[in-house]
Amino acid sequence: MTQVPSIAEEKPTTSLSSPKTATLRIARFNPEKDSERKFMEFNIPYQRWTTVLEAILEVKKHFDHSVAVRYSCRQATCGSCGMIINGKPRLACFTKISELESDVVTVEPMNNFPIIRDLAVRFERLFESHHKIKPYLINDDSEISSNEKEFLQTPEEVEQYIQFSNCIKCGLCNSACPTMATDSSFVGPQALAQAYRYVADSRDKGKDSRLKIIDESHGIWRCHFAGSCSQVCPKGVDPAMGIQFLRGYLLGFRS
Amino acid sequence: MVNKMRESTIMKIHYGTALGAVALVAVHILMRLTQSFAESLEYTNVIANYQFLPYAGMLEIILILLSIHGFNGLRVILLELKQGPRYEKAVSYGCVAAMMGLIAYGSRTIIMVNMGML
Repeated sequence: MTQVPSIAEEKPTTSLSSPKTATLRIARFNPEKDSERKFMEFNIPYQRWTTVLEAILEVKKHFDHSVAVRYSCRQATCGSCGMIINGKPRLACFTKISELESDVVTVEPMNNFPIIRDLAVRFERLFESHHKIKPYLINDDSEISSNEKEFLQTPEEVEQYIQFSNCIKCGLCNSACPTMATDSSFVGPQALAQAYRYVADSRDKGKDSRLKIIDESHGIWRCHFAGSCSQVCPKGVDPAMGIQFLRGYLLGFRS
Repeated sequence: MVNKMRESTIMKIHYGTALGAVALVAVHILMRLTQSFAESLEYTNVIANYQFLPYAGMLEIILILLSIHGFNGLRVILLELKQGPRYEKAVSYGCVAAMMGLIAYGSRTIIMVNMGML
C-alpha cells in the first residue's frame, strides 16, 4: 500500500526564499509636541510576501510600540492603512516590500490630510465631502415597501457605474490630487467619483441635485485632469474618468 | 451676479471664448500676412486697420473674448491659491472689474481712431 503524503508535508525540493533585510524609515510627528517631522529607522527582516503593514507592526511589536498607524482588515478592504510609501500613496497592507525593489522603505502620512500622529491622519474632510454628494440612491419608489417593484438593471446599465462602487474610501486619490494640495475647499476626486457612481446608476433619480452640488466654484471644475487619482487607486477605480463623464453631463454632452 | 452664476455656465463661456479667440486670432494672423511684418506695424497701416470697420469689429471681438477668457482663468488660479468667502468675493468682483476696464480701454482706442482723435 502506497503512502499518500499529507498536504501539510513540504517536499524537500520546495525552495524557500532567503530572508532579506530592509531599512524601514517611519515618519514620526506629533503636532502637539513636535515642530517638524523626524524619521526613525529600523532594520526589518522580510520575505517575498511581507507587506509594509506587517513590517510596521513588527516595529510596533519589537522596537517601538508608540508608532501610530491606522489599520484593520489587512486585505485592502477597509481602506484604513493608506500612507505614502516610497513617495507614492499606497495601502500598506497591499504593498509588498519585495515589490518596491528597494532596500529602503520610507513610510509617511498621506498628503493633503491633517496628521493626528505619525502615520495616522484625519478623515473628516473626506467623509464630509463624501456625505455632501449624497452617496445613496435617491428614488421615491422602494423595493422594500412595494412587493411589485423590482429595480432591474441590464448588464450594460451596471457596467456604467460598477467600477466606481469598488471605492473603499481609503483617501489615496485625495492624497495624490494636486488640486487638493492647494484648494482646501475642493470637493476631491473621491467624492466626485462617488457622485458619478450614483448619477450613472439607472435606479437613481437624484442626478440634478448631485450635479448642482458639484457645480460650484470649488467643485468639479477645479480638477486639472492630472490623473494621479486614478494612478494610485488600489481598487482599480478611475476617478479621473468619472470626473470627465460628470463634466459631460454639465456641458450637455451626456444626459 | 458673479457669485450667482453657475460654475458650469462660467466654464462654458470660458471654453467658448477660447475656441472663438483661436478662430478669430487665426483670421487676424492671416490678415497680417498680406503685408510684411514691419509694414503692418507702420502708424498709417495700424490707423487704417482701425478705420476699416469689419476688421476693427473683429479686433474688438478678439479683445472681448480674450479678456473674458483671461480674467476668468486668473480668477480660477486665485481661487485655488487661497480660500475664504471675503477673498473669493473680492477675486470674483475684482476680475470682472479688471476685465471690463481692459475692454473699455481697448475699445477706447478704436473709438478714438474712428472719431478722428488719433
